[in-house]
Amino acid sequence: MNNLGYVRSLIAAMAAVVSFGTPAQAISDTVVLAATPPKQLSEFGFFEDLQKQMPASGVVPFRLATPLFSDGAEKFRFVYLPKGQAAKYDPVEAFDFPVGTALIKTFAFPADYRKAAEKLRLIETRVLLRHADGWQAWAYLWNDQQTDATLKIAGAKVAISTIGGDGMPLSFEYSVPNKSQCKACHAFNGKITPLGPKARNLNTDYAYAGGSENQITHWTTASMLSGAPDLAEIPAAADWRDVTAPLDKRARTWLDVNCAHCHRPEGPASNTGLFLTYGEDVPVRYGVLKRPAAAGRGSGDREFDIVPGEPGRSILTYRVESTVPGVMMPELGRHIADPDAVKLLAEWIASLR
Amino acid sequence: MRSILIRAAVFASGVCLAGLVSAAELRVDAGDGATEKLVEALISAQPGDTVVIGPGRIELTEGLSLDVDDVTVRGAGPDQTILSLKEQTGSGEGLLVTSNRVVLENFAVEDAKGDGVKSKGSDQITFRNLRVEWTNGPNEKNGSYGVYPVSSKHVLIDKVTVRGASDAGIYVGQSENVIVRNSRAEYNVAGIEIENSMRADVYKNVATHNTGGILVFDLPNLPVQGGHDIRVFDNDVVDNDTANFAPKGNTVAMVPKGTGIMVMANRNVHVFGNRLSGNGTTHVLIGAYPKDYDDKNYMFVPRGVFVHGNAYGEGGNAPDGEVGKMIADISGTPVPDVVWDGVTRIPEYLSWVSAENQVYVDEQEGTSFINLKMLSQLLLPWGWWPDTDISGYKGSLPEPQPVKLPQDGGS
Repeated sequence: MNNLGYVRSLIAAMAAVVSFGTPAQAISDTVVLAATPPKQLSEFGFFEDLQKQMPASGVVPFRLATPLFSDGAEKFRFVYLPKGQAAKYDPVEAFDFPVGTALIKTFAFPADYRKAAEKLRLIETRVLLRHADGWQAWAYLWNDQQTDATLKIAGAKVAISTIGGDGMPLSFEYSVPNKSQCKACHAFNGKITPLGPKARNLNTDYAYAGGSENQITHWTTASMLSGAPDLAEIPAAADWRDVTAPLDKRARTWLDVNCAHCHRPEGPASNTGLFLTYGEDVPVRYGVLKRPAAAGRGSGDREFDIVPGEPGRSILTYRVESTVPGVMMPELGRHIADPDAVKLLAEWIASLR
Repeated sequence: MRSILIRAAVFASGVCLAGLVSAAELRVDAGDGATEKLVEALISAQPGDTVVIGPGRIELTEGLSLDVDDVTVRGAGPDQTILSLKEQTGSGEGLLVTSNRVVLENFAVEDAKGDGVKSKGSDQITFRNLRVEWTNGPNEKNGSYGVYPVSSKHVLIDKVTVRGASDAGIYVGQSENVIVRNSRAEYNVAGIEIENSMRADVYKNVATHNTGGILVFDLPNLPVQGGHDIRVFDNDVVDNDTANFAPKGNTVAMVPKGTGIMVMANRNVHVFGNRLSGNGTTHVLIGAYPKDYDDKNYMFVPRGVFVHGNAYGEGGNAPDGEVGKMIADISGTPVPDVVWDGVTRIPEYLSWVSAENQVYVDEQEGTSFINLKMLSQLLLPWGWWPDTDISGYKGSLPEPQPVKLPQDGGS
């Protein structure tokens, strides 16, 4: 699990190679905008080669500086914008995408994390479709033959059996979310909204076919994005694994990406009063000496979300390292802990005064 | 989308809308595939539909959620239709509702790993004739809240039973216009808790064998603060004698075993016509938020509490925990029926507390009372004594209007 960064760059390189020079395949705007989603992922026409996750022309891969942890799944992200239309830049929230946009994300697990680019098993592909009345969220479950994925409204459980980065066998049950669970994270004032494509998290390089380039520059040049200021004025999230970045920034970025979709005034966990968005600058609101409101047994007999200098007395670390439902955070989308993240948060809390 | 299309068609043809948008009944029976069918029914339900769950037990491995307005979820009875979460591996609650005008009735949710049945941000949410239970009895590993509306409006909780919650059985948080009635809360840490909420009527409930029976709290560092206009009346709050099993760190972990009704912070709280007995610490406890906090907007002392016309039986014989000891060290045992910590803000302590912010106690002859005068104890350790003369606290406060809910024949 420690070589995810390596995997990511391999995958980026792979996506870059395959997205170059392939014959154009028509993406069906009709399917994207239909009232009911297609039964098969292939019907969208997003991919030149589904199994290899080679995007069709007009479908652009992207990556995030710091991604959400989803049981260690490797993720392939793509965006499709209807012809001649651009997303509007926003300095803080997700970009404002035009009607007809599709955001596509495939979750995959390698057979062995030590050779993580080989034998990837595709599990699910989630799509967010921008309709006139808002975003629609759907999940497609990949078949065993890995030839296509089928719409799954009620969610699914998939047994994952792999070898961890430490060489130890790693088995757990992965959850494909059901339709209403999508909103458990993707809700902004009760409406479905994308989470990943924010300026700060896209403001990093991607290994495109024509060479490595900043994604926001790339999107702007390709007329996919309007209104972006000079790069120097665009906020940039840290890569949480980048040990050369400031500890505070790495930890706050990790919390922003992994927690703040719920833990913000507009999110599903607004009632807790714990707000973990990157821009939150009131310490008690991001947990410092804040008592829990509704933690229940999630408190782990600890008194405060964050006790400066004392990760072992902080509820935050207790809930991030737990895998017990009702205790673990996030509530959805993970079954195993991410020890590297726990370590980062512990170091950060230990550094607080 | 279906209903939008139907509505458009109806509009075009000029036919009466109400007649055509017919409510469908989506039926789910226990047995093979019931879990998936239930998940699908809650997702595919359209406004106006009823999801009917037949009798039997359905084992769920993940919590359910409902995000469609105007839906009723109805079981065959709280002992007939059982949603069991014993094998739950994901999500924070058994059933989560995030939509409006929803009725949940006649079923049970058992052994949720987190909370039982929760609504977040719902307007007009009804919990009726439900049972939410942790079947192994009080245990700190039980989920936190049984019936749990939060950030909701127009909340009706009627004829529910909650047992075994490691925090509060019926917990209403940051909500407004709330009725909790005809319900039974037992073997929870807190039976019924109204927290950071506005306009709540709590009546004709039984709170028994909890650590604390009925709590009315206002807490700091929350998006909604300043709970007010709460009426707690005609309840039976008896024999709350379960040792506190809340995990530390939670506010209710400080509640002593044998607390009847507790008012902490909050404004304009009326406690009357309740029957209290067998509460070993004290029947009615009124106090300030006792912990340190960092919140300029928070009012930590209760503002306007009126306790009157309650019937007190035996109690106060077994003061429990730190709080119980602190009280009993001053009052002796049995602890009086009504206890106020006497904490006011320093400027008020040095001058006066305005009439609408005072604590009034007007009870039958023979009701015992103590003002612990905790602030004096702190400020004047050598010249301080508690006040047990109940007659000095007579008075009254104007009572809030009864809460009316649209789903309950109100407006």
